[in-house]
This record gives sequence, C-alpha cells and structure tokens, in this order.
Amino acid sequence: MNVIVCVKQIPDPALPGELDADNTLKRDGKLILDESDSYGVEMALQLVTAAGGGAVSLVSMAPNEEVSGLRTALAMGAEKAVLVSDPSLAGADALTTAKVLAGAVGKAGEYDLVIAGTESSDGYTGTVPEQMAEVLGLPSVTFAKSIAVDGASVNVERQTEAGYDEVTCTLPAVVSVTAGVVEPRYPSFKGIMAAKSKPVENVTAGDLGIEAASWAQSITNVEDAPEREAGEIIEDDGETFNKIVEFLDNLKVI
Amino acid sequence: MALDNIWVFAETTPEGAASTGTLELLTKATSLGGTVSAFVPGTAGDAVAAFADHGAAKIYETGDLAGALPGAAVSAAMKAVIDGGDAPDLIMFPQNYGGRDVMSRLSVKLDRTVLTNSTDISADGGTVSVETPIFGGAKIVTSTFTGEGPYLAAFRPKSFEPAGGAGGAGDVVAAPVPDLGATGGAHVTAVHVEETSGPKLDEAAVVVAGGRGLGEADKFDMVEGLAKQLKGAPGASRAIVDAGWVPYSYQVGQTGKVVKPTVYIAAGISGATQHMVGMKGSKNIIAINKDKEAPIFGVADLGIVGDVHKVLPQLLEALNARS
Repeated sequence: MNVIVCVKQIPDPALPGELDADNTLKRDGKLILDESDSYGVEMALQLVTAAGGGAVSLVSMAPNEEVSGLRTALAMGAEKAVLVSDPSLAGADALTTAKVLAGAVGKAGEYDLVIAGTESSDGYTGTVPEQMAEVLGLPSVTFAKSIAVDGASVNVERQTEAGYDEVTCTLPAVVSVTAGVVEPRYPSFKGIMAAKSKPVENVTAGDLGIEAASWAQSITNVEDAPEREAGEIIEDDGETFNKIVEFLDNLKVI
Repeated sequence: MALDNIWVFAETTPEGAASTGTLELLTKATSLGGTVSAFVPGTAGDAVAAFADHGAAKIYETGDLAGALPGAAVSAAMKAVIDGGDAPDLIMFPQNYGGRDVMSRLSVKLDRTVLTNSTDISADGGTVSVETPIFGGAKIVTSTFTGEGPYLAAFRPKSFEPAGGAGGAGDVVAAPVPDLGATGGAHVTAVHVEETSGPKLDEAAVVVAGGRGLGEADKFDMVEGLAKQLKGAPGASRAIVDAGWVPYSYQVGQTGKVVKPTVYIAAGISGATQHMVGMKGSKNIIAINKDKEAPIFGVADLGIVGDVHKVLPQLLEALNARS
C-alpha cells in the first residue's frame, strides 16, 4: 500500500497575514506545514501500517526550495518527498497548482491512493484535490472524515451538509480529508533526526513539462472591509448577565 | 466579454424544493442580463417553478445520478452540452460540497481558472470581476477574469438576496451524463442524516455558538440550553468540531456554515479568521470570553470579558425566570 500525500507549506497562520506588492500572499518568510495537511499525513501513515507494508511519500509546491514544513511531515514518518519550486509559479492559480502537483505525483513512484487536505489554511480555494484527480484521470472522494482500504477499493465516510454519506471508490483514487479525521502524531526525537537525511527531490515546472506559467485571473484591487462600529466591552463583575438580558430585550428576541 | 449566457449550478433540497442558495445565484445571474439557465444534478421536479420564477429560461437536468458523486458526473454532463454548442460565458457555483467538486473537474476539462469564496460579481463592459473577503473578512480583494470564457466562479452562501417574479420560461432540457471511465469510480452506498431539532443553523434568528473556551465537551450543554431557551440554533467553532465535541453540521466559519442571524452569541470563542468569515455578517454580536485581547471583541456589539462557566448559567437562570 503506497500513499502519496499532498502537503502545503504556509506562512504561520498565527501571524497576521501580509500581501506582497503584487497583492499575492507574502510567502518569503519561514514556512510551516499546514496543520490541515498533518491530518492527511497521519491518515496515510495509519493506512500503510494497517496494510502491513508500503510507504508514504509527499508532494509539495513551495517557493525557494523551502523544506521546513516537509521535514515535519518526514519526521512524522513519511519516507521521501518531491518538491516543486520555481519562480515562474509565484502566484499560481489553483488549476496550475493542480497540474504541478499531478506532475509531482508522477515523479513520486507507484501509488494506490493520493491524499490531500480539503483546503489550505492560507489560500483556501478548495479545488486542488478534485482538479488533481481530473488531471490524473482518477476517481475522487472529497471531505472524508474516515478512510478504510478494502482490497482494490476504499470506503470513505464523506461529510455532507446534513450528516455523512458512506462512499465506496475504486483505487487508485484521490481522497481529500477534513481536519479531525485522525489525531496527528507529534514527531519523535528519533523521527526528527531521521527526517534530516530523508530524500527530497527538487524539480522545476519545466521538469514536469509545465510551460512558463500563466493564469487567466488577476487581482485588480485590495481594500479594507468596512469595519463594524466598536461595541461596548465590559469586565464581568457577576452581574453582566443582566446586560445581555437587556440587550436581547431591546432586540425583542425575548 | 458580455455575459449573454449564464449558467447556475442549481440544487434541490432533500425534500425536493429549490435550495435557497440556488435562488440567490439565479437572482444575481438574472440581474447581470442575458439568458440564465439552471443546471441541475439529478432532476428539478417540483423546483422547476421556483427556478423559472427566479429567472431560469432553461433548466438542464442530468437525470438520476444513481449514487455517483456529482464532481465527475455533472462536470462531464456540462462539458457535453458545451461541446454541443451551447457554451455559457459564466457558470456560477455555490461554495458548497457539490458546487466545489463540479467546478473543479470542469475547470480541468475546459482548462479554465476558478475564482472561489466570492461574495459579489460585476460585469463592466468586457470585464468580469468578483469580490472575495480575505484575512477573515478584514480585506476585500477584487479579481478579474483575463482569459476566454466560460468563466467559473463560486459564491459563499447569503451573498445575494433571492427575488422571484423574474418570469423565466423554465424549459426543461435533458443533459445526460456520458460514460465516465475510471473517474466514475466513486458511489454513495448509504446516507446518514443527523437528527436536529429547532430551527436550522443557517436560518435561525438567534445563534448561540460555543468554542474551546467551554473547556470540555459536556459544557456544550450550556450552549444548547441557551439556544433552546432563545428558540435559536446551537453552533460551534472549528476547534471543537475538530476535537469531536459536536458534529460538523454545527460548524460556523470558512469551512462550515455562513450565518447572518439577528443575534449571534459567541461563548468561549476567540474569533479565529476561519470563524469570523462565517458570522461577521450577523446583525448583532454578543461575545463572552475570558481573554480581553480575543479578536472576537473587535466585532462584538456587546462584549463580556468573563468566564462562560459563570455567565452562561446566570444568563440561563435569568431567562428562565422571565419565561
């Protein structure tokens, strides 16, 4: 059972987001593993263990041959990674990203399953896993909250607006997982040390046969959203619940 | 490019009615001028009248999907109609499960970019632009399509007000799903619906939402109790949904529901950008949180810096005493 996991390395979401001069997200600082992707890495590791053998490989696209987030996933237990890093891909749209990652999957060796997060925590376009499936000509299941492999197919519980569906899908396939699908492990010290020598193959867009990138959208304006008027903020003194009652009363909801 | 021909990815509810989200998109599409068509995964059934009343001149139906997930199936049906000569200039999708998957597959089939999470669209001469909130709604980005159509755009729920009376013809046209080959390998084998009582989260006039500040799963009872008392719906931050305290259907935010109630009460929610996107449009916001630096206080009309474990029981008791 070989699983490929798509991982994104993003600016620390705990820091305030910033835009570059071209209005794309500033990504030149230290990048970390998107927490949304740590669930996919953990799921893949568990599936390989359950199958009794195989490997977890990573694919990623990031500027400046950035590997710090990849090292985190390798420390969790992934064996190797393919990293696409190319200045021509700065500001790439989701479709281009999907083509690049599908190309990287092709470089990562034989696989039974490709896992991705539902959406990244920085750009959150939320289309890349399904676009990648189409580029690869594979079936797909999005929004998986559990995955179990059963011979040549995979059984998935897929989140819906009202609850969840049980879905069965032939392999190979692309499955996108929600946060909370599994509890990601913390890398062990041994894992962190081992990750330093695990192979990361660097490739460019050209290596994948993707021509000088262009995409059919451009950002024409960025402005501050209208702010809400500042409200009344008070420290609780044991009586402030009365303020809430009064507030609700004025709105006639009670 | 003029928007002479617009499609809307059109859905029905499990009960067979037109979905509110679809009527919002049809109304906006109609306001942009040109001919509007609804493209329905499955059959429109009783929803035909509502789709037409909100502007649909034509209603494409794929027919029963027989358990196939919509992504591969509906995008292939759309591609077949486009190849047959009826190519739209714009396709509007809802930012939800089905809309997202169909749009993704279609973008590859047509080699067209996608713009998602939008809250508005405008056409000015030949230029089509969408607005998208970023950084939790702190900034609004305007993006323009620069290539050839069909343009593909997805919109967050409640971005537009639905309005009937548009008098579309509502002619139903079959748009069958062609053979999908390997991409058609995913099928639904069972459907599970979580039981809920009270008003729906995205329709309730009052929403009481709980977050990590509740401390433990059992304390969500306070949130449900208050919601019930106020005839509202309980909601949750992503943090406690991920932690497994409550089902995903409770989640308010970027990856959950968008709510715009009369009153939103955030209990023990810090106000991560992920969450704010889903509730910032509420008419009134009450926040209770221990940390006075929590971002939620930046949008609150009434903010109580205090312990939810003290304030919520007091509030419940006071409301019980009144009723």
